[in-house]
Amino acid sequence: MKLTLKIWRQKSANAKGKFETYTVEATPHMSFLEMLDVLNEDLISKKEEPVAFEHDCREGICGTCSMVINGEPHGPMQGTTTCQLHMRHFKDGDTIVIEPFRASAFPVIKDLVVTRDSFDRIIQAGGYISINTGQAQDGNAIPIEKETAASAFDAAACIGCGACVAACPNASAMLFVSAKVAHLGRLPQGEVEAKRRAQAMVKQMDEEGFGMCSNITACEAECPKGISVENIAKLNREYLSSALGSETTV
Amino acid sequence: MPFQSNTPPGPLAEKWTRYRGTMNLVAPNNKRRIEVIVVGTGLAGAAAAATLGELGYKVKAFTFHDSPRRAHSIAAQGGINAAKNYQNDGDSVYRLFYDTIKGGDYRSREANVHRLAEVSRNIIDQAVAQGVPFAREYGGLLANRSFGGVQVSRTFYARGQTGQQLLLGAYQSLSRQISKGSVKMYNRHEMLDVVIQDGKARGIIARNLLTGELERHAAHCVVLASGGYGNVFYLSTNAMNSNGTAAWRAVRRGAYMANPCFTQIHPTCIPQSGEYQSKLTLMSESLRNDGRVWVPKKQEDAQAIREGRKTGNDIPEADRDYYLERRYPAFGNLVPRDVASRAAKVACDEGLGVAPTGLAVFLDFESAIMRYGQAEANTKGISNPSDAKIKELGEKVVEEKYGNLFEMYEKITGENPYQTPMKIYPAVHYTMGGLWVDYNLETNIPGLFATGEANFSDHGANRLGASALMQGLADGYFVLPYTIGQFLSQEIRTPKIDPNSPEFEQTEKDVENRLNQLMNIKGNQSVESFHRRLGKIMWEYCGMSRNADGLKKARKMIQELREEFYKDVFIPGDAKDYNPELEKAHRVADFFELGELMVVDALDRQESCGGHFREEYQTEEGEALRDDENYAYVSAWEYTGWDEDPKLHKEELVFENVELKTRSYK
Repeated sequence: MKLTLKIWRQKSANAKGKFETYTVEATPHMSFLEMLDVLNEDLISKKEEPVAFEHDCREGICGTCSMVINGEPHGPMQGTTTCQLHMRHFKDGDTIVIEPFRASAFPVIKDLVVTRDSFDRIIQAGGYISINTGQAQDGNAIPIEKETAASAFDAAACIGCGACVAACPNASAMLFVSAKVAHLGRLPQGEVEAKRRAQAMVKQMDEEGFGMCSNITACEAECPKGISVENIAKLNREYLSSALGSETTV
Repeated sequence: MPFQSNTPPGPLAEKWTRYRGTMNLVAPNNKRRIEVIVVGTGLAGAAAAATLGELGYKVKAFTFHDSPRRAHSIAAQGGINAAKNYQNDGDSVYRLFYDTIKGGDYRSREANVHRLAEVSRNIIDQAVAQGVPFAREYGGLLANRSFGGVQVSRTFYARGQTGQQLLLGAYQSLSRQISKGSVKMYNRHEMLDVVIQDGKARGIIARNLLTGELERHAAHCVVLASGGYGNVFYLSTNAMNSNGTAAWRAVRRGAYMANPCFTQIHPTCIPQSGEYQSKLTLMSESLRNDGRVWVPKKQEDAQAIREGRKTGNDIPEADRDYYLERRYPAFGNLVPRDVASRAAKVACDEGLGVAPTGLAVFLDFESAIMRYGQAEANTKGISNPSDAKIKELGEKVVEEKYGNLFEMYEKITGENPYQTPMKIYPAVHYTMGGLWVDYNLETNIPGLFATGEANFSDHGANRLGASALMQGLADGYFVLPYTIGQFLSQEIRTPKIDPNSPEFEQTEKDVENRLNQLMNIKGNQSVESFHRRLGKIMWEYCGMSRNADGLKKARKMIQELREEFYKDVFIPGDAKDYNPELEKAHRVADFFELGELMVVDALDRQESCGGHFREEYQTEEGEALRDDENYAYVSAWEYTGWDEDPKLHKEELVFENVELKTRSYK
């Protein structure tokens, strides 16, 4: 299949970017990233600069890929990261527009590569259970209801890719933050510091320059791991009750 | 240079406890001034960095990823072993130890493996306390499943994303230490050399991948938790950026590389579909709990399937060969990985492969779906359910267990595995070999430690499923943080290491020269094309089966390819800039040397054991034929120079507790 690609090229963080047009020969079996590999091989053979894009596991779990395909983070398939998207979902002759995740808290490094250090800093602010190595009791000492463990897992499945931010017109990180708050808060081990956690993470999120959540729910629609916006409702409850009962002002 | 295992004395089961109780400690006031560098933030690295930070050391952690959470541990699917005996099925520390030694085909160190089995229990407790959402039973207790090579159920799991959840647990603990300031995190920094001062590892040269600048980082000691080197083969289940550079650079500075030829070929991966393919995807071993492996009995059926005239469903039961169940009745589909992989190769070599390439076998869930469906119908009190109803109920159970894997399979292949059997084929997955370390996880260079997949220590010639996560976390949480004290307790008078010393200056210059050399080749071929060619040589001659002629040929081919690379590779961009092609080129350059050493090692080991199958050494039934008299040693290779033969050091393996037997899964 023959495809036309319109790809965002930007030399460096401060350079001005623009779309460049390329054509590429692909097969339906290829993954989207393998199609870009073919393009890059071609560019390198012409001694041109290849398109910089980030990727690693190519199994949909590391959360490294960070591109918007035809206006959608990770492209058209629901519940699928870019690396798991295959060309069989495109047609011969298609034109595909590829650009980086866009958000002021995710500055572009080069072409399709962005920095998401802000997510790390949000986790550092409180996205953990405060326990040192060796302090744990027996794993079976706290029975956890099967359903509770499953729902904590659902929230914990977040891969930290940032598609939720890229999908949101406000570039809000509420889905990411709420997933971690819900994962840890739903478990008895994590409930102890749930309020402090919610406050600290939201505070950091605000400092990073992410936007406000206005319940558009595009984040859920584009999340490759199906993280639910119900987590946001839970975060709001947690945050409000923690703010009411604490000395910190909201 | 010191080269002894430093295994403590005493009875096997008491060695670790006694040793830990008598080890030298570093007082809190000294820990505050002692600096430790940890390279890599996967399970082994993140766990070590977090724990060392908690203990009060000043830690600097490095990853080439944009975040520590991206390390390839994240992709481990199936589970983590622990000798908890929660299932009351006869498991014990000794049994986990024994299974691991046997599974490794008697090529690992007894004391290390026993320690691993002991601390396995603490790992589960630690992970639960961190909030890892392991699977639970209705009673609220932890659930288990079985993995290959064992007859008990000791694998803990979080759906098919156990590695992700364990890594996030370690990442979160690491993040907590970063916020406290006890760990300083360097994202997007790749270690390109280790600095040796007065014979001790005192720091690293790292390249800031965003700017291309080289940086000197000094510390009292260095821990390498940089993972395995499976990407030598180009196509593997490793992440695209996984590489052997940190470990190989240590070898170039004098560290020994142990058992480099011990590679794990995982039996259940999605088969390759084309030349453009960049990596292979694993289908978790847990699937072999319920999936049955088969090929058609008749070659004409196999051919019809390959040509698309028939599907697996068209082959009647009587014409299927469930070859693992037939050949290994005691373990059936759950034989260890090396055995399952070779059996698949044998079937395909006989012309029974079921993919257009001829390289695939079936993994079939039909009977599991019907079995679970019937059980569900019974539980729900549905009398005389139709086959369709049973299938529907059974599919739900299978979905709950393996849903994400089935989904992944369908995304990649476009086929629905609930309806037609999966097609699978072996692929490179893990490297048992790695930096040689003693009982303290210290290499032969004092102050240089290696943990997780980067070391060689626990898996012998074959790793059992769900043991990689166990080893990474055992090393990181419960072993290294103690054993490192043996070295550091002698360093409390050592002042802060000066990164402006001549050794740092020289090492930085060496790295700079190497990068400039690569940039200045300005040839015509891409890095990727060289890597692909190297991978083909390795897979063909040093893959699932090896022989002396092939290995000799491979060594020559690798040397020639390496020469061509240094004449004709083309790297766009600049060294002092963000340049992914340069990163790749440096890694591939190191893969040439590492690949050649793997071939040399495979040639030296004139026996078959675990993942190392030499065609010349097999039983009449085609099973691996070990030679304990001559090869019960760890091969520790010393680098001696460009174009020089490496020097072999042997660590004889002493078995005081297990009897060396022919591994049988029949």
